[in-house]
Amino acid sequence: MPVSLLWAVDVRGRVYRLSTGGQQWEQCHDTKLEFKRVTAATQCCWGIACDHNIYLNVHASDLSIRYQEETYENQRWNPVDGFSERLLPSDRWQWSDVAGLVHQPLDSFDLPSSGWEWEADWYADENFEAEPTEKGGWTYAMDFPATYTKDKKWNSCVRRRRWLRYRRYKARDSWAKVGGQGDISCGGWEISEEPRGRLSLWAVSLQGKVWYREGIQHHNPEGSSWTEVPVPGEVVQISCGPGELVWAVLWEGQLVVREGIGRDCPSGTAWTVVDSPSTVGATGVAVGVNVVWAVTKDNKVWFRRGVNSHNPCGTGWIGMVGEMIMVNVGLNDQVWALGSAERGLYQRQGVTASELSGKAWRALNAHVGDPGHAPDPALDNAPLPPLAYLSDDAPPPNARSVPKVTSDSFISELLSDRPGAGGPSAAGLPAQEEDGQPGGPLWSNVDLEETQSHLSSVVTYSLALEEEPYGEDGPPMWAWVSGGGCAVDSHSQLNWFSGPGATGGGLNSVSFCPSLSPSVQLGQRSKREMENFKHYEQSVWVKKGTMQWWRDWKPHKWVDVRFALEQFSGPDGNKDGILFLYYNFNEEKKYLHAFVNEVTIFVPVLNDAKHTFAIYTAERTKQRWPIRLAASTELEMHDWLALLSVSCCDSRGIQGPPSKQAIWSVTCRGDIFVSEPSPALEALPYPTPCEQMFWRQVGGHLRLVEGNSVGVVWGIGYDHTAWVHTGGYGGGIFQGLASSTDNIHTQTDVKSVYIYENQRWNPVSGYTNRGLPTDRYMWSDASGLHECTKTHTTTPSPHWTWVSDWAVDYGVSEGTDREGWQYAADFPASYHGYKTLKDFVRRRRWARKCKLTTTGPWQEVPPIALSDVSILPCAAQSSVEVVPLWAISNKGDVLCRLGVTTLTPAGSSWLHVGTDQAFKSVSIGGASQVWAIARDGSVFFRGSVSTCNPAGECWYHIPSPPKQKLKQVSVGRTSICAVDENGNLWYRKDVTPSYPQGSSWEHISDNVRKVSVGPLDQVWIIADKVQGSHGLSCGTVCHRLGVQPLDPKGQSWDYGIGVRALAIPPTDPEGANGSAGGC
Amino acid sequence: MADDKDVLRDVWFGRIPTCFALYQDEVTEKEAEPFYLLLPRVSYLTLVTDKVKKHFLKAVKPEDVEEMWFEYEGTPLKWHYPIGVLFDLHALNTALPWSITVHFKNFPERDLLHCLSNSVIEAHFMSCIKEADALKHKSQVINDMQKKDHKQLWMGLQNDKFDQFWAMNRKLMEYPTEEGGFRYIPFRIYQTMSDRPFIQKLFRPASPEGHTHTLGDLLKEMYPAAIAHDGDAKKYQVLIQGIEPLLETPLQWLSEHLSHPDNFLHVCILPVPTD
Repeated sequence: MPVSLLWAVDVRGRVYRLSTGGQQWEQCHDTKLEFKRVTAATQCCWGIACDHNIYLNVHASDLSIRYQEETYENQRWNPVDGFSERLLPSDRWQWSDVAGLVHQPLDSFDLPSSGWEWEADWYADENFEAEPTEKGGWTYAMDFPATYTKDKKWNSCVRRRRWLRYRRYKARDSWAKVGGQGDISCGGWEISEEPRGRLSLWAVSLQGKVWYREGIQHHNPEGSSWTEVPVPGEVVQISCGPGELVWAVLWEGQLVVREGIGRDCPSGTAWTVVDSPSTVGATGVAVGVNVVWAVTKDNKVWFRRGVNSHNPCGTGWIGMVGEMIMVNVGLNDQVWALGSAERGLYQRQGVTASELSGKAWRALNAHVGDPGHAPDPALDNAPLPPLAYLSDDAPPPNARSVPKVTSDSFISELLSDRPGAGGPSAAGLPAQEEDGQPGGPLWSNVDLEETQSHLSSVVTYSLALEEEPYGEDGPPMWAWVSGGGCAVDSHSQLNWFSGPGATGGGLNSVSFCPSLSPSVQLGQRSKREMENFKHYEQSVWVKKGTMQWWRDWKPHKWVDVRFALEQFSGPDGNKDGILFLYYNFNEEKKYLHAFVNEVTIFVPVLNDAKHTFAIYTAERTKQRWPIRLAASTELEMHDWLALLSVSCCDSRGIQGPPSKQAIWSVTCRGDIFVSEPSPALEALPYPTPCEQMFWRQVGGHLRLVEGNSVGVVWGIGYDHTAWVHTGGYGGGIFQGLASSTDNIHTQTDVKSVYIYENQRWNPVSGYTNRGLPTDRYMWSDASGLHECTKTHTTTPSPHWTWVSDWAVDYGVSEGTDREGWQYAADFPASYHGYKTLKDFVRRRRWARKCKLTTTGPWQEVPPIALSDVSILPCAAQSSVEVVPLWAISNKGDVLCRLGVTTLTPAGSSWLHVGTDQAFKSVSIGGASQVWAIARDGSVFFRGSVSTCNPAGECWYHIPSPPKQKLKQVSVGRTSICAVDENGNLWYRKDVTPSYPQGSSWEHISDNVRKVSVGPLDQVWIIADKVQGSHGLSCGTVCHRLGVQPLDPKGQSWDYGIGVRALAIPPTDPEGANGSAGGC
Repeated sequence: MADDKDVLRDVWFGRIPTCFALYQDEVTEKEAEPFYLLLPRVSYLTLVTDKVKKHFLKAVKPEDVEEMWFEYEGTPLKWHYPIGVLFDLHALNTALPWSITVHFKNFPERDLLHCLSNSVIEAHFMSCIKEADALKHKSQVINDMQKKDHKQLWMGLQNDKFDQFWAMNRKLMEYPTEEGGFRYIPFRIYQTMSDRPFIQKLFRPASPEGHTHTLGDLLKEMYPAAIAHDGDAKKYQVLIQGIEPLLETPLQWLSEHLSHPDNFLHVCILPVPTD
């Protein structure tokens, strides 16, 4: 579970954070400010200070927030000066934007706020359409505006080049002033698919008006401007969920719901009024993705029934148990609340997607960390001297007066009530009462403005019943809480509650006569009962079941079979087993068997309809025809897989964690496999054939795994989370079975399931969901062959649970129109994101996220999400201390990990390596050669990377192979291989220590999906279209044979595991690294 | 204690050498050789005797085959007691191997439960665990577990996977530190001399004053005769997992370490052999 933060403000205005990994509240440093409210998102927190200004606190990160400013320099040729800045009167400006319409000289760019700083000066961009221009970045054309080329021709009359400059957001982990308001709420980060950072920030002014902050996104965390959103009344509080839900409370106690919020209109279109849950009127509201909670003046808590994306207003209120003064809904619709009696903080227990209202309130009893106990400088400098009023001997003159307070004027309420010990306060006193307050400084920055804006008497409450004055040592009294950045769910293990203790106590308290202790007696028992009977057969464990088998003979189809595993222990204690598969062939009973110690892998296979797995032996790998079985349920399949895998490891005597030299791979289902390399794997001239490699499964779920030969293994999940191998083994389906007890952690992954909505145009009604009889299903998968409706599409397996609703996916590579449609002349054809006259069909993609929770020997490396990672593939026994590790963030930033060693494989921090564009692949090889590929296909070599200079100096742009765009690169000791988008494998020629860039690309092979070059220049690939006995297979792991120092390209391929073409390929190894001693 | 884990392993891997023989009257086709097997003490008879069944079916006419059951010296063996308990109760002081007679006919309906498939054993095993947790933690731990966790307990037992079983069972053995033990100790006391199946009552691991209850305290309450008084000759053996723990052993420790996988502490009381 990633560590995230719960934010809260105590009644003294101090802001605290509680980490999901910790047990103590930690005071937010740096602040001389006192806060009234905070609203948190994952990456930042907004707050309103007592000076009524809004402040933003962006969490520090190794990844800087950078914004690229660009402008174009335009020149025209004339016979006298050649190319010069003298343009024709009809031309564009000499400095302009890309379209030439805006005048943009270099000095016209200013920093947007004091939170920004320039990174460096302006420079010209050398990269043009993935190729280096090597001419100062100039691109040529006949005239503006036209097509530019990088080569100057006889008719090139104009030229231009792009200038770049970066600014960086520097105000991190501190409060940056943004503007003044009265209440705020942020959310909306799930409205569009933009990368994390886009937020909707809603604010309420002291006058009760609602404002929306425009332009908040990753590159602009502060946003750009406020827009007023007209409201039907005076608003006192507003709440914004991660999705399209925005609710606000009106001064009169009703609630309003914002409608029409969507991707194109994040601030919505209209308000709908919803009545208060009870006659006393609401004082607070909190919304999540699909949930609305409210509190009323009598401190009752209400849950809104029937809220969903189609009906943001819901259908009715349900009263909940408990008295709270405020509620807040955080991530995963988890609910946080402040108790009305003691201002303690509560979490709602048991809130799940199916039971959004949860079960019960549970008090957090995390302690306030040390900074809270120390004398607080902020308080000393504070404009109000609260301590004076906490002592009994200095009652304020108006001690017995009862302030009518808004829910956030807690300080005044506390201070005035404290010494008085007056009776319960009454609601609804005239607002003017405060006007005569003598304690000017005491009230000034909290309440007077509230009074002006008539926000009083919304919540009244008295602290007078409390016996003890609020002191530094008492439990914190909270004023506001925000869970918007706190990624917990109902299963999270938190140390915030007083939990059950561990098993304690042994026999220590009793002294035994040693010979009579239970363990000695048990030993004697075993000796007595078993010593003379060792030759007896151990029990045979038989597990039987029924399954379906993809039969060997044609026509191939699933047939019911009986399946049994017989396990036995030999006289020497070795366990072994035989698999039996009983089937009928022409009315005759037959069986198939396999010795467990001959099986090379049990692998779950992706299949929409069945829970299938494949069993390979060396022979069956050669034939590319495994035993394919389907269990009736996922659970049953996992039971079998766990048992079979353990039995297989037992018979091969494999136990414990994978070795440091292990070869790791993941299947396209996300399952992780590891194989121990035998010394003969790279032996010359006859290496161990691939089909004899034994693969065992390890718990967890990853999209990509990379390892090196000193045991540093990293993985990346489908949700781009980075994980590092803990050195443990097991987890997942092996939990407890063949699993280490420590080093196994919870792992989650999130991916999207896609379905397509298809429509055909007809002259009468335009585009409708009535297709031709020959058309595909109107709701289908990508191929159109299978019907996939919203209601009937299920998660990939029962272990995945839906975490969002169906939403139109605009992130399709070919682009879409505003409603997400892509058009084409007919099914199936190539689609484009705009409508033309020739288009008769259209489709759009719907996505729904699902989440898997499993366990495995993996620990998260927060907080930056990654898309690629590469580790220096050290040769075994090398004494390299720090292991260079490079990665690409999911936004395309190139990163270098510092502090990675065998003892601390997770490393310490990221070093951001500046680039002009987003990247997609990186690889580091021998002698610290770093190669990387940008999203536009440009290939770069990073110069001067060394142990002392881990991030290197500068990028060298390398030309791509002719007419091909590379997509992945892998660097070995000296070899560099790359794969392009058409599946060709390329080898970089003439790479020498003095000229590491090499000279040109040489074609080796086609039908390659992915390449990995080992530390000894071993080449492993995932190949498609490999010939097998029953047809072609995809996703086969292959090993290049004949790779030698003098012949680094090798001779031919040796094919390993992989399944026939009809099945979706099961294996997709990423990080192959061997440890052979051969070369 | 460092060797606590060894105790768990010793308990788990206890084996009883057993000789299975077919009941004489049922032999029809040909003489059936006896079948020798090491039976796990913590498992159930019907769970580990697949091979026995296969072996003897060859010697029996198919039409005579009904549900298989076992008998020792005239006593039908209840499969739903752990094997170790059956052995301690009926055959502890006899010569090894333990000779069990196999029957395929005349199922003793009055004495035995039917067991037609492993799912029956699983149901029985899980209900014992649930009952035990109701006593220990008001069912809170077992209810907090997911279905797959329950499955893991069962699979661990069925496939003789110590680590798999204990990875989950560990949670059932936890208790809040401040309470110093379970709410009640799940135990069952068996005796050969009585018709009662077993004694099972509520008994706390410590007295209200905070004194740790020992095995002796339990027996004083449940079966005072089992405790030999000073000077008297010992009349009864008190056996747990085939050993006679000291009466001073804390009950909580026994429950955590010498319980069967069903989470019950099975205590057998038998008269001291006279010879």
